[in-house]
Amino acid sequence: MAADMRLPTIRKPVSVSTFERKDLVVPGDVITSDTGYMRGHGTYVDEEKLTASVAGEVQRVDKLICVRPLKTRFNGEVGDVVVGRVTEVQQKRWKVETNSRLDSVLLLSSVNLPGGELRRRSAEDELTMREYLQEGDLISAEVQSVFADGALSLHTRSLKYGKLGQGVLVQLSPSLIKRQKTHFHNLPCGASIILGNNGFVWLNPTPENQEEDAGGFYTSLEPVNLSDREVISRLRNCLLALAAHKVLLYDTSVLYCYESSLQHQVKDILKPEVMEEIVMLTQQKLLEQEG
Amino acid sequence: MAGLELLSDQGYRLDGRKATEVRKVQARMGVFAQADGSAYLEQGNTKALAVVYGPHEMRGSRSRTLHDRAVINCQYSMATFSTAERKRRPHGDRKSTEMSLHLKQTFEAAVMTQLYPRSQIDIYVKILQSDGGNYSVCVNAATLAVIDAGIPMRDYVCACTVGFVDETPLADLCYAEESGGVSSLALALLPRGGQIALLQMDARLHQDHLEALIEAAMIACKGVSKVLDEVVRQHLQEVSMLTAE
Repeated sequence: MAADMRLPTIRKPVSVSTFERKDLVVPGDVITSDTGYMRGHGTYVDEEKLTASVAGEVQRVDKLICVRPLKTRFNGEVGDVVVGRVTEVQQKRWKVETNSRLDSVLLLSSVNLPGGELRRRSAEDELTMREYLQEGDLISAEVQSVFADGALSLHTRSLKYGKLGQGVLVQLSPSLIKRQKTHFHNLPCGASIILGNNGFVWLNPTPENQEEDAGGFYTSLEPVNLSDREVISRLRNCLLALAAHKVLLYDTSVLYCYESSLQHQVKDILKPEVMEEIVMLTQQKLLEQEG
Repeated sequence: MAGLELLSDQGYRLDGRKATEVRKVQARMGVFAQADGSAYLEQGNTKALAVVYGPHEMRGSRSRTLHDRAVINCQYSMATFSTAERKRRPHGDRKSTEMSLHLKQTFEAAVMTQLYPRSQIDIYVKILQSDGGNYSVCVNAATLAVIDAGIPMRDYVCACTVGFVDETPLADLCYAEESGGVSSLALALLPRGGQIALLQMDARLHQDHLEALIEAAMIACKGVSKVLDEVVRQHLQEVSMLTAE
């Protein structure tokens, strides 16, 4: 097998333009010593001075001052679409790892069990929980509520949520996902994508009969054909390229990146110079579309 | 000691520094993509890599869970090739356990753990090349990694070692000086408020000199904090430039 090797190169310095942003703070910076302001996330009060506790940009809403760090774990809000992995099966609940600061909870009462909406959950269901979802399974879900300690409660009470079958998971930073009306997309290139708000992105081949197996606990184990696998691998590499250049991810940006990458082989997309070229093309297309 | 002159008559040290001079500090944040936060830091010839995961759900022993704040879990290790003689360093020997404990105490003083009840923050530090001042380089690298992870801190934590030779405090000892039988002191400081996060000394020193030594250490820490501050601000500008486009 021919392996591609390269020598270390000097990192190109990012040209920080003369325009310096003034709203960036680091831990310990005093934001204001005016006591009329309210303390938000990422700040604390020290000797009556409002001080930053994280490195990031200052956001002001009326009298509320927050500092939003550039990179954090996922802070869930009600209605967010997440992709997560089941870590534990407990009594009447599953624990799901969602890149949040505590594991999320999926209650047995907030999943759709086979047999329709109005089915009663019996003690028997409790005993067979592991048959529906077991440790290591991937699911897509929506945030139902947020507990006082910041843990999330999830639900899968819609046909579009549920257990995920064959596909590829890409773990990225939550701040790169653009909030949109829908996070489920069937891309025209022949794959489906779930852009979880928590930075977990799920790629799978678009199912042919969409009504039949959606939302259930049935997972198809049919072999996926080569062309579909290639499309998915290409999309995965495109996502990594976009993430490396900190481009916001939503259906259009992913699709444009996919189109720009078509002239390269799938494995070449991850080479730094190809990555740069593809991302440049994508950004250009996005700008054209906007303007 | 064997006649090693640590401070010449002209006031220069073995590596040509002045008594209060700190070695050159170079650092970079965000070196790994998969970790929540990471940083690489060189201080002279001592090089360290720090990685932060968390805050996340307690893994391993559930019993350590604290209901009012996060648990900080530190792990210090040295690469086999980090010292002059190649040596396999088994995990959890006494020296590295002690160092891990010191790192934990240092960061519990600086990180605002009460914001994350029932979670855990992991800080892993590895020395890639060791040339004295391992503890302080680890603290400095880990500070950058924690900031990169977006975990709230009261202030930077900066650390520095100081030795005492010929009635003069020497800032930021290198290995040759450390092994020369100098009584040295390690200090971790929250520079803005001047609070001491950790002070460690396991050598003999006359108490009259202690004040001067701590004073010198604090000045050196503040010097280090200026460099770290520049690194963080530069990193912030670069990343926010990229995201703005």
